[in-house]
Amino acid sequence: MKHTLAVNVENRPGVLTRIAGLFARRGYNIDSLAVGKTDNPLISRMTIVVDGDDRVIEQVSKQLYKLIDVIKLTDLTTEEYVDREMILIKVNADPAIRGEIMQIVDIFRARIVDIGKNTVIIEATGDESKINAIESALRPFGIKEVVRTGRIAMSRGLKNKNYKS
Amino acid sequence: MTSKNPINTAQPEELTGAQILLKALAAEGVEVIFGYPGGQVLPIYDEIYRTKNITHILTRHEQGAVHAADGYARSTGKPGVCLATSGPGATNLVTGIANAYMDSVPIVAITGQVPSALLGRDSFQEADIVGITTPITKYSYLVKDVKDLARVIHEAFHIATTGRPGPVLIDIPKDITTEKTEFIYPPSLELPGYRLKSTVNLEQVNKAAEAIVKAKQPVLFVGGGVISSGASEEIGKLIELTDIPLTYSLMGKGAFPDNREQCLGMLGMHGTAYANYAAYESDLIFGIGVRFDDRVTGRLDTFGTQAKIIHIDIDPAEIGKNVQVDIPLAGDVKKVLQELNKVLENKGYRPAIEPWKQKIAEWKNKYPLKYETVPGVIKPQFVVEQIYAATNGEAYICTEVGQNQMWAAQYYSSLKPRNFITSGGLGTMGFGLPAAMGVQMAHPEAVVFNIAGDGSIQMNSQEFATIVQNKLPINVAILNNHTLGMVRQWQELFFDKHYSHTSMTGQPDFVKLADAYGAVGLRVEKPEDVRPALEEAISSPKAYILDFIIEADEKVYPMVPAGCSINNMLGR
Ligand SMILES: Cc1ncc(C[n+]2csc(CCOP(=O)(O)OP(=O)(O)O)c2C)c(N)n1
Repeated sequence: MKHTLAVNVENRPGVLTRIAGLFARRGYNIDSLAVGKTDNPLISRMTIVVDGDDRVIEQVSKQLYKLIDVIKLTDLTTEEYVDREMILIKVNADPAIRGEIMQIVDIFRARIVDIGKNTVIIEATGDESKINAIESALRPFGIKEVVRTGRIAMSRGLKNKNYKS
Repeated sequence: MTSKNPINTAQPEELTGAQILLKALAAEGVEVIFGYPGGQVLPIYDEIYRTKNITHILTRHEQGAVHAADGYARSTGKPGVCLATSGPGATNLVTGIANAYMDSVPIVAITGQVPSALLGRDSFQEADIVGITTPITKYSYLVKDVKDLARVIHEAFHIATTGRPGPVLIDIPKDITTEKTEFIYPPSLELPGYRLKSTVNLEQVNKAAEAIVKAKQPVLFVGGGVISSGASEEIGKLIELTDIPLTYSLMGKGAFPDNREQCLGMLGMHGTAYANYAAYESDLIFGIGVRFDDRVTGRLDTFGTQAKIIHIDIDPAEIGKNVQVDIPLAGDVKKVLQELNKVLENKGYRPAIEPWKQKIAEWKNKYPLKYETVPGVIKPQFVVEQIYAATNGEAYICTEVGQNQMWAAQYYSSLKPRNFITSGGLGTMGFGLPAAMGVQMAHPEAVVFNIAGDGSIQMNSQEFATIVQNKLPINVAILNNHTLGMVRQWQELFFDKHYSHTSMTGQPDFVKLADAYGAVGLRVEKPEDVRPALEEAISSPKAYILDFIIEADEKVYPMVPAGCSINNMLGR
């Protein structure tokens, strides 16, 4: 099962290497990892999606917690949370078929953010299934390039279940 | 965390990075540094030249320096410090850092780095040592601003020595060692992600106590964590309260005296038959400061299958990593055991285990550790026993890796913690000799032996020069089988006697080697000469190399073949 971990880390050099290295070294399956600053410039937030059974997730969490740069770790999977991913897709779009593409964009409440001679770039945000859906809806036009941010997530309300170490 | 530091003067002076480094080391109580100079650490060495209160030992290889720091740390419980230059100096530390990491030994490794402006350009003698060592350090720093230096050193020592100890690396670019700043030793540490568990979960302790009193066939299984947390007394008390038989991992040797009735010796691949049977048939395995390493558990799906497992470890990530644990107890071994002992004592809990003790006594009787004696032939086990006898078990024993290490672990009775010093987790050949230097530096009056193989001793034999230069009276006992014995043993048992590249022809004459370095060498070929040679070496203030000639076919038994259940032993 996929777990979404919210990890607050110290914004020090080398943190990302330490975390990514830990996954590689111990053979954990990392699905995605998104990093950015928080409201506190000294702290970054990572959202890590890991695939594994309960034992694996427990080990991953404990090993992460052990890293000196990791301040707080929450497994969001066990509680209510909101998650989003963003995608940019560049598709073939001869002027003749642009209307069709725009319809799809509307249905998914996505946006066209750039128009080239024969291509458009579409931006969409949503949960993973929506992102997958829009990607497959656009595939028949010929996808030139895709980039996805990986999942970011936040728990609802105030209560956070901290991972007990 | 200290609230006030005496060395913070009212008017902070401007010091160079190198001066700050040495002041900070002194503030941390460092007495000795093992190191090797080079271009990028010249300003540091210039400062060492002026310093009176810290001894620097020039090893002959950086690997020697880091293992010496390791031996110093293992034998004292204080952090060991080593220093190397950038690039090749730093990379020569890698094996020793990994070795300390695997055995949770507190080391602070300081490396020089090319000047900040040259970083990242493949400059002369540049190596990304922080990157290289990230997986094998507890933490590592690249100091980018001289203002951070004092704080970094303070943090490094704190991290290396607290919680689960381990090596910390500090990489210092050359310009940082010459730039000046005010020296302010930070009064407190800010490490929000570094949590040290100080409370003991009493509910879990009670559960453990209840499991213990109900157990019919319990065993204690202790590891290096008992030694590093200084919990030997608590283990003694636990045994007094419960009388439960005890076995240990290689790293746990010395946590409880080998000569006590409840001690079953080592568990696992080369453990005693009775320890292995006891663990295999046990209904309660109580792991204390151990990590259930594969050398110990053998085939995991058959290990302790009938047993409840209680596990104390300071590192929560160790609990449940290899074996499923029924009663986890995360915390410092000493503190947890104190609480547990209180509960056992107050409630008068004592398990009823007479039949179990009887069963173990029978195993002990039937399958003792044993070796054959052949007239005129020196048996390595006999040499180890004689080292014990000649030193009353009071020597510090270091070992290399291979058969020599296992014979030492089996036949030398350790009576107190911190005097059996061996590379457990990494199994590093070449560890013993430099580690012995660290031990002897820390304990100038003690008798120190390095029990070695003829292969291992050649991995860091250049350190004989360091030993002689510093007049360290270290005794090296080479169990010389003219072969890479442990590998040969595997080849004989599991590879149809295909002795591929394990024969050590072209060895030096170790007696002449000793002579060349200014030590004393003795070749010993007859059993009756073993003891006198040992006595001579022990009583002499000189370093000795004793070359005990043994047979290539002598094996370490019992042996659990890799991947087998621990009740499945050859040669028991
Ligand atoms: C640095 C290193 N290289 C290789 C090995 C693999 N190895 C383990 S035991 C051993 C043989 C050791 O031979 P020796 O030092 O002569 O000791 P003996 O087993 O004969 O007592 C070898 C090669 C190792 N443990 N460490």
